[in-house]
Amino acid sequence: MKALINLVEKVKPNFEKGGRFEKLHRSFEAFETFLYVKGDVTRSGSHIRDAIDMKRTMVHVIIALIPPLLFGIWNVGFQHYRATGEEVAFMDQVLFGLIHVLPIIIVSYASGLAIEFIFASARDHEVNEGFLVSGMLIPLVIPVTTPLWMVAVATIFAVIIGKEVFGGTGMNILNPALLARAFLFFAYPSYLSGEVWIETTLQEGQQLVDGFSGATALAVMAAGEGAMPSDFNMFFGFIPGSIGETSTFAILLGAIVLIATGIGSFRIMASVFLGGLAMGLILNLFAVNDFMAMPAYRHLIMGGFAFGAVYMATDPVSASQTGVGKYIYGVLIGVITVLIRVVNPAYPEGMMLAILFMNVFAPLIDHYVVESRVKKRMKRMQKIRLQTQA
Amino acid sequence: MSEKNTVPKESLFSPKNRKLITDPIGTSNPITVQVLGVCSVLAVTVQLRASLVLAIAVVAVMGFANVIISLLRHGIPPRIRIIVQLTVIASLVILVDQILKAFVYDVSRQLSVFVGLIITNCIIMGRLEAFALQNKVWPSFLDGIGNAAGYGSILLLVAAVRELLGSGTLMGYQMIPNFMYNFGYVDNGLMILPPMALITVGVIIWVHRHRDKALVDVS
Repeated sequence: MKALINLVEKVKPNFEKGGRFEKLHRSFEAFETFLYVKGDVTRSGSHIRDAIDMKRTMVHVIIALIPPLLFGIWNVGFQHYRATGEEVAFMDQVLFGLIHVLPIIIVSYASGLAIEFIFASARDHEVNEGFLVSGMLIPLVIPVTTPLWMVAVATIFAVIIGKEVFGGTGMNILNPALLARAFLFFAYPSYLSGEVWIETTLQEGQQLVDGFSGATALAVMAAGEGAMPSDFNMFFGFIPGSIGETSTFAILLGAIVLIATGIGSFRIMASVFLGGLAMGLILNLFAVNDFMAMPAYRHLIMGGFAFGAVYMATDPVSASQTGVGKYIYGVLIGVITVLIRVVNPAYPEGMMLAILFMNVFAPLIDHYVVESRVKKRMKRMQKIRLQTQA
Repeated sequence: MSEKNTVPKESLFSPKNRKLITDPIGTSNPITVQVLGVCSVLAVTVQLRASLVLAIAVVAVMGFANVIISLLRHGIPPRIRIIVQLTVIASLVILVDQILKAFVYDVSRQLSVFVGLIITNCIIMGRLEAFALQNKVWPSFLDGIGNAAGYGSILLLVAAVRELLGSGTLMGYQMIPNFMYNFGYVDNGLMILPPMALITVGVIIWVHRHRDKALVDVS
């Protein structure tokens, strides 16, 4: 540890004003603060410095992302060997998953951070930590078969158009990770829908088992044919799907971390689930087809509902900021998700579109919540004034 | 500007007149600076061919409309000037539409309603109101051509980006070599959808303002 500090201090002068790598001092700063809290002291006035800054916040989210990530890596291997009908050891499944998931994560981080560093140097602001989380979210919400160059293009698009255009981390109106997914979804539709969820590139001597289907539960429901996985499988995630979205159980573990540390908003998570459940129940009343008649709770464990509710909807930048606003925002996400899933056959999964849609509306919700507060207080003030006058 | 008749006769391409053409292409571009006429940019820029035809059509309509209104400028009663302007533009657009139908029928079908919608293109009315009604014929003509060229240049730029990335072609000719497709390159389907036109225009505006700081409005 000591040696690391010494190393940082030793190379530091090179990056400061007049140093050899002056242009790169923002990049250096990023790495320095990644390792240690900077030794800066507040020079004017009195401030209270909290130990938790953006970097620590983001690290908490990364920790919360570990359960779905690990499960996703294993599930990639599990689904592959299930498709080929081979019986292999647990570690082989994990290894297969690692080989296919790690490159996606590396590409996502490398391309996104490259853009972040370029913009930070050009605009001379600190390299922001926002991408630490986005870079991990992007691999988790796409299928494992997505070509790497597509991941890179989508990430670069999302970071530039979703974030840097608006001024960087904290200024974006849309969730960058979801924007990357939406970009892939609309730009390369054949790679993000249909039977793309399982890596089925076969080696010599391998073949797919008879009657194999790589369709997700949502696709099965939307098409109205095929076998639905059991609730148990859907809850624990032994189903095809995007890398990190399948296991509701693993996601709930992450949710506990987010709620316990106070990083993720409990109000948003709870209200998204409630909204989805309520809309599911309402649709049950009409029940003109199988999808509408499906038990409402299943919506919550299918597809990316849980992942979106826990990690995407709670993004502190693009979500509603006010307390009441968070409930409205969350409930509407749940309602719209279920509506898109059931009513619109073109989009089997509605979570992504619902969250992006509500991201756009979040400032409006906040505006009206604040307005109504102001009005209520004005009324109260007037009452008090009248009383004191009387 | 109307007291210009006291000024001695200036040459056809005096610096002032040249500015009438170059300004709208650069620092007062109707699309990227004034943000007018964006609707057609979103709609017709999927393919370069259609955009090229539309750009030429707009140049023709705008040049002639400006000339005609400038000729009539002393005769138009101010109260009905908008109607007169509309009539002039509409007649020109009908003319253009008929010519397109006669000579390049498939492009005219591709442009469909957007040729007709040139009438509602805010740039044309805007220039008639702001320039042709107060200026002589020759400067009005240059102003019309210049603004239309500014509009057309952005149209072509956006269309080139969208067609190249969205369909891998330019003017209908394949640009992305086949071996790229064999490597796994796939055309970007989003580029064909209207949102990407908006984003492309946005990026052009971004770059434009970054290079010309005078355009950045501080609020």
